[in-house]
Amino acid sequence: MAKQPIITVKNLVKNYGDFAAVKGISFEVYDGEIFGLLGPNGAGKTTTLEIIETLRDKTSGEVIVDGFSVDNDAAAIKQRIGVQLQAAGYYPNLNLSELIKLFCGLYGIDKTPTEMLEKVALTDKAKSKYKELSGGQKQRFSIATTLINNPKIIFLDEPTTGLDPQARRNLWDLIREIRDSGTTVVITTHYMDEAEELCDRVAFVDGGHIVGIDTPNHFIDELVASGFERKKQVKLANLEDVFINLTGKEWREG
Amino acid sequence: MAIAVASFRSIIRSPSAVVFSLAFPLIFIVVFANIGGSPVKVDVGVAKTCDTINPVFQALKKANVLNLITDQSTDEMNKNLSKGTIDVILDIKNTGKGWAIYPPLSAIPQKQPFTINVQYTKASQKGGIFKSVLNSVTESVNKALLIKIFGQNPENLSAVQLHETTIQGREYKYIDFLLPGMLGFSLLSSGVFGTAFVFLSLRLTLVIKRFFATPVKKYSIVLGEAIARLIFSWIGALFIILVGHYAFGFTLVHGLTTVVNMLILSAIGLIVFMGFGFIISGVAKNESTVPPLSNIITLPQFLLSGTFFATTAFPTWLQGLSNILPLTYLNKAMRDVAFEGAGLGDVTHDLLILGIWFIIVYAVAVRTFKWE
Repeated sequence: MAKQPIITVKNLVKNYGDFAAVKGISFEVYDGEIFGLLGPNGAGKTTTLEIIETLRDKTSGEVIVDGFSVDNDAAAIKQRIGVQLQAAGYYPNLNLSELIKLFCGLYGIDKTPTEMLEKVALTDKAKSKYKELSGGQKQRFSIATTLINNPKIIFLDEPTTGLDPQARRNLWDLIREIRDSGTTVVITTHYMDEAEELCDRVAFVDGGHIVGIDTPNHFIDELVASGFERKKQVKLANLEDVFINLTGKEWREG
Repeated sequence: MAIAVASFRSIIRSPSAVVFSLAFPLIFIVVFANIGGSPVKVDVGVAKTCDTINPVFQALKKANVLNLITDQSTDEMNKNLSKGTIDVILDIKNTGKGWAIYPPLSAIPQKQPFTINVQYTKASQKGGIFKSVLNSVTESVNKALLIKIFGQNPENLSAVQLHETTIQGREYKYIDFLLPGMLGFSLLSSGVFGTAFVFLSLRLTLVIKRFFATPVKKYSIVLGEAIARLIFSWIGALFIILVGHYAFGFTLVHGLTTVVNMLILSAIGLIVFMGFGFIISGVAKNESTVPPLSNIITLPQFLLSGTFFATTAFPTWLQGLSNILPLTYLNKAMRDVAFEGAGLGDVTHDLLILGIWFIIVYAVAVRTFKWE
């Protein structure tokens, strides 16, 4: 993997009044990887993402996205990124292809709704409203809207929260496809199995600090090397494997 | 303007917007045009003893403001009179004393062929209308009688000389009053409710935030929304005007020019009212606080700005309040333009006050409006 940083964050600080949400975070995201930002709720993940996405002002520090600084070139950054917000809704009363058209208009880009919906296998839902979709479909549609402007980086904030195992696997495949087509993916999640499975590198955030940044494998090896042992002997399969085995890997619509 | 297109689609598909800006005003127009809007009818109870072949009665019969009721008993009639369901009771008696004149004139023989007894009631205000109808009828009957008596035009008789100056005027129908008011109401509710709801829900569902992650500018979002709402309101206004014109005979003095002027006024009004919507969307914390806040703004204007009835009917202190509200001026300007054929230049006073409101409202809106 080419270790070329596409996002550089240095000493990022964000205060909300007296409360310091982010206390000097530094990390780099490399071009073409899936980068996971992990940590408990309130650790500052979303705030950090929103600052990189230019949705929020930082208190201090430096953020460079694809060579542009969030201070001066927010517009240029917006052109180069795709953003999926946690729990974001879409314009009411519009169907999917109309929403895609809306976003094409917002980016000033000419793309057909079918083309975008094809990428996330939602062409048969083109005339449905967003709120009529299942959780997995909603997330895939959200991802479709992030891809409209052919971004170099997409940000996914907890895309798999609330999905069933099949929908989750389906989304992982989609995210890997996106990565393989050359787009860098920055993702937050609470699911460690997901991070382990999906992410090329992860950073752990806690209390506004980064407490570790490496590949998932390396973290695990390190922990094991330090003498850590699970209380319960790990079996070769877990319950989720049983679930998938019993209910099939086929992803269900609806 | 992708936002305008999207927003317009969204508005059309949201039932509440359509109901508030189209259906409500239309229902009001239909209802009120049929209740108060139909030409005023005075219910005249005709007493059993009333002589119905005399010229006065015949003339009254022709007056189409009067609804002569002959099929009620005297008791019934008296009861109805006191309730106000009958406005007057008429009793003309033929005294059979030959020609004379009512009201008696000193220069003419004091014989009265007819005595007209009229009972009015305090339960109805329409007595005055009957009085004036009766006056004009007796007057013309007298005149005709005089001609018969003197064999000449009685104009040289000073006592009967009548100075009637009829002003050439258009018939001012209730619809001419009501429709501009309804239009104002439609704009008000669409501007305030619509804008407040849309922006609040866009904010709460993070749609606006999602927009911010795209290169779109803030003002384009507001502009797009405004354009969509404007076009929608224009369609609504046009629809209301056309229905009013063709179904209820709403007066459009200069035809198309008047319509265009009204649409321009609609735009001005809408922009001012949208300011209120922006304020509410900024102040409201969630969707359930929008209706009460919106009602605080719309209801007083709805009632006090001459939407249904002229503000001149209010006591002075209330009129003072009415004369502050922006809708009052929009309604006034609308009526001047629609009925009196005023151009936009003639209603600059009203526009000026709307302009002052615009400045006040948007000054507040800029402070309260929240993007996130």
